[in-house]
Amino acid sequence: MTIRVRLFASLQEKWRIDQIDLESTGMEKVADVWLNLTGEELPSQVLVAVNMEYARPDTPIKDEDEVAFFPPVTGG
Amino acid sequence: MVQVILASQPFDPWKSLQTFQNAMLTVGSYGATAVFVGTMRDFNEGERVESLFLDHYPGMTERELERILREARSQWEFLDALIEHRVGEIEPGEPIVLVAVWCAHRGAAFDACRWIMEALKSRAPFWKKETGPAGVRWVERNTAG
Repeated sequence: MTIRVRLFASLQEKWRIDQIDLESTGMEKVADVWLNLTGEELPSQVLVAVNMEYARPDTPIKDEDEVAFFPPVTGG
Repeated sequence: MVQVILASQPFDPWKSLQTFQNAMLTVGSYGATAVFVGTMRDFNEGERVESLFLDHYPGMTERELERILREARSQWEFLDALIEHRVGEIEPGEPIVLVAVWCAHRGAAFDACRWIMEALKSRAPFWKKETGPAGVRWVERNTAG
């Protein structure tokens, strides 16, 4: 099972990851992906999206999902 | 008809308004047009800002803006709406965002325009990175309003 993970803005700079494909066997939810990627718990202020829709840390993931992590948005 | 445009180059919001209105609106069908234009300042939180980089999530940004317009349309009766938003490098004085709503009456036009703008600020995946005398910093939160 493979998923695509994308980071944006300050998170992209901090972790030096733009996008990466991960073998996601053993990962059940969004928070597991972050833990696998960074070795840390998902911070509460980080926003998450699955397949370009807002999701939550406990949102389940499936094969070929695109999981994105980003800081609070500041457009407009 | 609603439309979302992401612009990687400077745009003239007044020209965009006129172009959209001429192409999409029937003369006589609307009685109220509410418009918001956001422009880049040269200061933020007490610091000078020399330039701005607007990052976004291609694909999700457009989808989220379209979702916001759909939700607005379920709350207010409006005829048409337009969102145009810059991405990339921006200089002080350049427009960042245009929100325009065409309705039969002013109440819905004002209310929908304000609601769309606030939803955009809190939901659309854009991120500002400012360059000033002290260096470069990511903007961490929106101003109160």
